[in-house]
Amino acid sequence: MTATNRTGPAIDVAGLRKGYGNHAVLDGVDFTVARCEIYALLGPNGAGKTTTVNILSTLVRPDAGEVRIGGVDVLARPAQARRMFALTGQYASVDEFQTGAENLAMMARLNHLQASARRTRVAELLQAFDLSGAANKRVAGYSGGMRRRLDLAVSLIAMPPVLFLDEPTTGLDPRSRAQLWSLVEELAHTGTTILLTTQYLDEAERLADRVGLIDDGRIVATGTPDQLKAQVSGDHIVFSFGERHDVLRAAELALRHCADGAQVETDEATLSVRMPTSDAVEDIRALLAETAKAGIRVSDIAIAGPTLDDVFLTLTGRPSAQERSDDAAGSHEQPTAGEKRATHEEKTHEEKEKAA
Amino acid sequence: MSTITMTSRGVEVRHQSRWSAGSDIIAMSGRELRRSLRSVDALVTAFAIPVSIMLVFVVIFGGAISSDGDYVNYVVPGTLVLCLGFGAAATAIGVAQDVATGTVNRFKTLPVLGSAVLHGHVVASLLRNLAACVPVVVVALLLGFRPAAGLSGWIDAGLFAVLIILAFTWLSVLGGLLLSVDAAGSINFVFLFLPYISSGFVAVDTMPGWLHGFADHQPYTPIIETLRALLDGAAPGATLWVALAWLAGILAVGAVGSALVFARRVKG
Ligand SMILES: Nc1ncnc2c1ncn2[C@@H]1O[C@H](COP(=O)(O)OP(=O)(O)OP(=O)(O)O)[C@@H](O)[C@H]1O
Ligand SMILES: [Mg+2]
Repeated sequence: MTATNRTGPAIDVAGLRKGYGNHAVLDGVDFTVARCEIYALLGPNGAGKTTTVNILSTLVRPDAGEVRIGGVDVLARPAQARRMFALTGQYASVDEFQTGAENLAMMARLNHLQASARRTRVAELLQAFDLSGAANKRVAGYSGGMRRRLDLAVSLIAMPPVLFLDEPTTGLDPRSRAQLWSLVEELAHTGTTILLTTQYLDEAERLADRVGLIDDGRIVATGTPDQLKAQVSGDHIVFSFGERHDVLRAAELALRHCADGAQVETDEATLSVRMPTSDAVEDIRALLAETAKAGIRVSDIAIAGPTLDDVFLTLTGRPSAQERSDDAAGSHEQPTAGEKRATHEEKTHEEKEKAA
Repeated sequence: MSTITMTSRGVEVRHQSRWSAGSDIIAMSGRELRRSLRSVDALVTAFAIPVSIMLVFVVIFGGAISSDGDYVNYVVPGTLVLCLGFGAAATAIGVAQDVATGTVNRFKTLPVLGSAVLHGHVVASLLRNLAACVPVVVVALLLGFRPAAGLSGWIDAGLFAVLIILAFTWLSVLGGLLLSVDAAGSINFVFLFLPYISSGFVAVDTMPGWLHGFADHQPYTPIIETLRALLDGAAPGATLWVALAWLAGILAVGAVGSALVFARRVKG
C-alpha cells in the first residue's frame, strides 16, 4: 500500500521556479488546494499556467520548488504520483482515427483496469458524457464540444482523486461550455479535487471555490471569486457607433461625464467606447442625450462586467504581462498616449485614453 | 444530463501485474494498426506505392537496363529494401503527430511503461511492412522473379527483413520525436533516394567515379547485397557482417536516441 497522506491538502505547491534560457517562466509559485476543492489558476496567455500544470503532472521538471499531490512528492516519486491524478491538456488529445468507445477502451487498458471492469466503465462514461450516440463514430467527425467531453471522459477512466484541466473550455461555444461546466461541478461533488486553468474570469467565477491570479510566473492574488471581484471596479457600458469619427467625439463626452480618474477606452476595431459606471441606467440616459445633441448616432449599447484585465489592473496596478508585450509590439498604432488592451473575449485592441 | 456515477474510486480499480508492460504495448500497437488501416493515405503509402515501385523497376527500367531476365533477379532485392525503408519512414509522421497533439504527454502521465507508445509504433510498423512485402513479392514473382533460395534461404531473408524494418523504424521514431509533422513527412525521401546510390539497381562500376566511394560504403549496398545473396540461395559471406553491423548501429542509434529524447522531450 502506498504511503499517502489522507488528511492534508490534495495539492501542495511551494516555491516553484522554472526558466527557459534566461526567461523566468515561473518565478516562485505557491498554492495549496484542499480536498474536493475546485481551484482555478486564472491568467493571460504566457502567464505560466500550462508550465505549472505540466510540472504538477510530471511532464516538466522545475528548477526549484516542491510539489505534493495527496502527500506524494511528485518530483521524487513521479511513478507513484501518476496514480493520484489525471491530466486533460490544453488541446484535446484523443485519437481522431479511433471511435469514442475505442479511445476510452484503450485508456481503460492503459490504466490497467481489470478486464471485467473495462466494458462497464466505458459504457458508464459514454453515458455520463452524453456520447453514447456517437460511441462508434470516429472522433474525426466529432464537434469541438464532443471532443472536449471525450477528452475529459478519457481522463476519468480510473477515477483519480485529483484532476488537472488546462483551459478546458477555450474554443467551445457557449452551450458546450455550460455543459462542460456542469460536468466539472459534478465531479467535484463526487469527491474529485480539481485544478483548472483559465483565461476567463466568468469561468473561474462559476466553477472555482478559490482562484489564484497568475501573471508573469507569479501568483499575484488568491481568494474566492467574490473576494477578487470585490476589489475590482464595477460594471462598464459599451457604446458602439457606425462611424469612425464618432468614436473619439463620443469618448470625449463620456470622459467629461465620468468621475475624475476614470478610464474611458476606445476600440477602433469595433468602433466602440467603454466607460466605467456605478449607475448604468442613469449614465446611459445622460450619454444618449448628449450624443443626440452632438449629432452622434449610437448603434448599440451593452453593459459588461469587469474583465480579467480589470482585475489585473486593480490588483497589480498595471496591465497584465500580455498587454505590455502587445504595447511593445504595436505602439505605432496609437494616436494618443496610453496603453492598449486585449480583452479576454475577443483579443481586440482597444486604446485607452486617460483622464486628463 | 445523467450524473457521473462511480462504481469505485482511485487506485483500487487498477490491477497490476508483471505482464502489464506487454499489455500496454499491445494496446498501443492496436492503436497504431487502426491508424494505418483507417487512413487512405496510410494504406496507399504502405501498399500501393511499394507495389508501384516494384512494377516500375521491373517492367519499365528492367527492359532498358538489360534485355535478359537476369535483371529482374538483380533488382528485386534492392526494390524490396527500398520499400521496407519507405514503409518504415511512415512511422515518423505518426510519432510527430503524437508529439504535436499532446497525445505523448497524456500517455506519459499514465501509470504505464512510459515508452509503450513508441513500442506500439514499432510493432505496428513491423506488421504493416511485413504485410506489404507479400503483394510486392507476389508482383515480382509474376513478373519473372525466380529466386534460387530454398525454404531456409527464405526464412533467413525474412529474419533479415525483420531486422531491416526494426532498424529503419527506430530511426524514423527518433526522427518523429525530433521533427515537426511536416519535416517528419519528408523523411521518406531519404529512404527513397539513398538506395539509388548503391548497388541495388545498377552495379556501382557503371556510376561516375566520384560516386564509387559513397556507393560502396553506404549501408544500403551491403544490406541489399546480403538480401540478394540470401534470396539467391548463396552465402552472403563478409558482406553479411558489414550489413549486420550497420543495422545494429542504426537500431542502437534509433532506439537509444528515441529513449533519451522521449524522456526529455515535452511539447511546450
Ligand atoms: N519549452 C519551452 N521553451 C521555452 N519557452 C517556453 C517553453 N514552454 C513555455 N515557454 C514560455 O513560458 C511562458 C509561459 O508559457 P505557458 O505555456 O505556461 O503559458 P500559459 O499561461 O499556459 O499560456 P496560454 O494561455 O497561452 O496557454 C511563455 O512565455 C512561453 O513562451
Ligand atoms: Mg497554456
